[in-house]
Amino acid sequence: MADLADKVVAGARTRPDGKVKVTGGFAVSSDLHMEDMLWGATLRSPHASARIVSIDVSKAELVPGIVAVMTSKDLPAKPTYGLLHADQPVLASDVVRFEGDPVAIVAGENLEACRRALRAIEVIYEVLDPVTDPELAEISPPVHPDGNLFRRVVITSGDPEIQGEIIVEGVYEVGMQDQAFLGPESGLAVPDGKGGIDLYVATQGPHQDHRQLAPCLGLEPEAVRVQVAGVGGAFGGREDFSVHPHACILALKTNRPVKMSYLRNESFVGHLHRHPARMRFRHHATRAGDLVKVEAQILLDGGAYASTSAFVASNAARFACGPYKVPNAHVVATCVRTNNHPCGAMRGFGAVQACFGHESQMDKLAAALDMDPLQLRLRNAMQTGDRLPTGQVVHVPAPVRECLEAAAAFPLPPTAVDNQDGYGLPGGAGRTADPSRVRRGVGFAVGFKNIAYAEGYNDDTRARCLLHQGRATITCAVAELGQGFVTISRQIAKAILGVDEIDLAPASTGLIGSAGSSAASRQTYMSGAAVERVCHEVAARAKQSFAQQHSIDPESLLVDGGFIVSKDGSIRIPIAHACPEPIEVEVYHMHPPTAPMDERTGQGDTDVSWLFGAQRAVVDVDLDLGLVRVVQITTGQDVGRALNPVSVVGQIEGGISQGMGLAVMEEVISVNGLVKNPSFTDYLIPTFADMPPVEVSFIEEPEAGAPFGAKGVGETPSLASTAAVAAAIRAATGLDLPRVPIRPEDIVFAASAKPLSAPQFT
Amino acid sequence: MTAAVLMPASVDEAVDMLNSSPGARILAGGTDYMVEVNYGHAKPKSVVSLRALDALRVWRRDGDTLELGSGIRFADIQTSELAKLVPALAQAARTIGSPQIRNAATIGGNVATASPAGDGLPVLFAMEAVVNVAGVHGRRALPINEFITGVKRTALGPGELIVSISVPVASGPQEFLKVGRRNAMVIALANLALIVDGDRRKVACALGSVGPTIIRCDEAEGLVARKVNWDRMRLDDPQVYQDFGELCANSARPINDHRATADYRRHAIAVLASRALMRTL
Repeated sequence: MADLADKVVAGARTRPDGKVKVTGGFAVSSDLHMEDMLWGATLRSPHASARIVSIDVSKAELVPGIVAVMTSKDLPAKPTYGLLHADQPVLASDVVRFEGDPVAIVAGENLEACRRALRAIEVIYEVLDPVTDPELAEISPPVHPDGNLFRRVVITSGDPEIQGEIIVEGVYEVGMQDQAFLGPESGLAVPDGKGGIDLYVATQGPHQDHRQLAPCLGLEPEAVRVQVAGVGGAFGGREDFSVHPHACILALKTNRPVKMSYLRNESFVGHLHRHPARMRFRHHATRAGDLVKVEAQILLDGGAYASTSAFVASNAARFACGPYKVPNAHVVATCVRTNNHPCGAMRGFGAVQACFGHESQMDKLAAALDMDPLQLRLRNAMQTGDRLPTGQVVHVPAPVRECLEAAAAFPLPPTAVDNQDGYGLPGGAGRTADPSRVRRGVGFAVGFKNIAYAEGYNDDTRARCLLHQGRATITCAVAELGQGFVTISRQIAKAILGVDEIDLAPASTGLIGSAGSSAASRQTYMSGAAVERVCHEVAARAKQSFAQQHSIDPESLLVDGGFIVSKDGSIRIPIAHACPEPIEVEVYHMHPPTAPMDERTGQGDTDVSWLFGAQRAVVDVDLDLGLVRVVQITTGQDVGRALNPVSVVGQIEGGISQGMGLAVMEEVISVNGLVKNPSFTDYLIPTFADMPPVEVSFIEEPEAGAPFGAKGVGETPSLASTAAVAAAIRAATGLDLPRVPIRPEDIVFAASAKPLSAPQFT
Repeated sequence: MTAAVLMPASVDEAVDMLNSSPGARILAGGTDYMVEVNYGHAKPKSVVSLRALDALRVWRRDGDTLELGSGIRFADIQTSELAKLVPALAQAARTIGSPQIRNAATIGGNVATASPAGDGLPVLFAMEAVVNVAGVHGRRALPINEFITGVKRTALGPGELIVSISVPVASGPQEFLKVGRRNAMVIALANLALIVDGDRRKVACALGSVGPTIIRCDEAEGLVARKVNWDRMRLDDPQVYQDFGELCANSARPINDHRATADYRRHAIAVLASRALMRTL
């Protein structure tokens, strides 16, 4: 098998769509077009909380070019949807629960007509006081009939009463991060002329869209097909519906194709964000530096609708103690409903917030112990065979120590200098720095997270392979978001079948069953395994067929790297030419089952596997202006096996950029439930001038049972980079800085900062 | 929505077009205006695009005065010979947007937009630039502090366009500093231009993003002018750097918004001002 894994890696290619993406030729979903299509647009609530008194669409219907105006009264079937619970209205009927709740949709011959129609719709609202403080949510009037508590997860292990010789407590806060993908939400819904519909949309999971969509349209599942259109980034932000039901409902109503495409400001209300968190931690340790107990209270603001909040809360709880040996733990993670913007999946999924908390605590503990922060981490690093606070034993490679040591092994960068453009110092192009007032800091962080879904939510996938005339066609409904399934699946098929001509069929619900969502670092792990299995099965059938054609005992033949060979060496024929008839096989793949948590204690074998990653950040801080330049990030990342090293480096650099963004600049700023910065002018993400050089060490300890030993890598790099950058800024400034993103004000006015608030220990 | 796009070949033709199409908007780069159009905030019936007006793309030096065509792009300023003649303006140009923005955005557009955060503006205020305007009644010239009258408001009359901007050639050190929350492509939280004029023995300092328009720091300027040893072009009293910063900060009138607090902006001005002064004198 090792040989085959080497072959897969050796066949690593650059992305087939790489060049067109870089040069702007890649058709993303907002490029979708049909000759006779209409445009659709959405009227959204301007209020965080309000009762809808009346909606008058009569003037909108008279706008020239307008073909349809629809409100909740016109919905064809099920009025709500949601990934786990259908609590989100397709169109608001009686109340609006966040700024952006859709109230009406229109279809028109052009976008300008649609915009005029939206302005002509008269909605009378009775504005209500929004619930916006997550700490008050549970004692506030219900925002929704389902109540204001999405989930409270409690994990208790060991002796809850035990105390450590050294105890450190901290309160931390994480602001609301946005996925900030470049391609805004877009889709094209096309009636099929037989009462059904095809939706082409930028999505992470066409089948989960399909499952929610058919009931909302009042159609049989067979009458609805969802196909992945060109995705311009996702990062969790395309797990939930955006244009999906609206475009389809308008298309069915008008019997014409309807395209919907958000502008950037609508995109900020059109997808869900990362949960803001308020966290209180208490770490107990021996004087020698061994962790004794971790207590944590984590409060997540889920916003107005459920989405995946229940699982985000669980992740925050399960990973709250970090990848360390923690014999005793008491963790409570609570996710509440408010009138803030809804939050859902984003790269790292609850573990990012937890990591910022536990890693800030490890530094605080190191200071209390007068110990080197890296040594404290190494001393407590989890290993294979250790038990998590959930009671589950870590049965896969857990190279926490190796990740940390690899990140630490890179040489430190030289002192920054002001280059011609000023980019070398904090403040960058603004040339604000005075080198005598710049301080350098170094910080470490390590994080972990599960791969695939958890808690008995057992996910599956399917892959089909057709081998005919030397050509393989793989059908698997994986949404390609940029993660590289387009290369991985071909590498695997080529290594096993030996064919060069490999087609990948569109990811469509009309062609094959679900591959699950491109989320939770799971697609190489899951669908990569399905492709591996289906290719092996095709090879076996080819061997069988060859044996039959030539009346050879199949037991005398072997499949070896794309060839069928006889054990005596007399036969060696490419698999592609072994069978004149087409061979088509479909396989179903599921990971080993996981179990739910005990509701009282949080105990259970909830996870399939885990990924680990450590980072060292080096930053320069302008002490007087509070401006930060991240100088270098080094990382040791557990990858199992890097099947496409360039792709893995891409994931690492991208994840680090996103994690660093959360550390120093990325925040959706909300005041009384209203977002103040829904644009890339004011929601800042790192540019090339902000991104430091990244040095990468792959920690390759292949995981048994994973395809060619490969773990998922999509989320690992974003777990610890926020915490590492924050730690480095603290090291440079000597300040507490308990909240991310760290603003210049937080550094300059640290002395007069208001203390943060978080739930008390119970 | 359709809008007529008019492309004059001369300044006179541009003036004619503006006067024969009332309400027409001038497009001079469009990096601000097109955002307004895309979001439906601006709905022009007609647009006079200055893109083909090569006459506005040139600059000329007349003794100690530079006349910058209003169509000169920031990309032209940051790298060309101009960077030597007005170094602070070149430095401001380098902080504006991205390379793509700088390839389109013009200095005339920066002045006409009159954003409180316009990065070119503190330099022009500190250099006491003169805005040369053409209209149906001929040409007129306004000092920039009279041309810009408020937040995104100017004295540009109907049917008028900015032809050029006149500034003095540098006769001493100049600085432009800008605080933003990332290293590039960012709106200023505070910016500052400091122009030392050795010939006229004058110091001028102007602040951006900390008031409805650009603010000149008269008191701080006076302090430095008194303290400079002009023959050696240096400050002998190190206390002046800090005092200058504090006086500049006192001139600022910042607001709290989602980008930064007023306190931070004021504080940043104090730091920028003393650092700029340390670099120049």
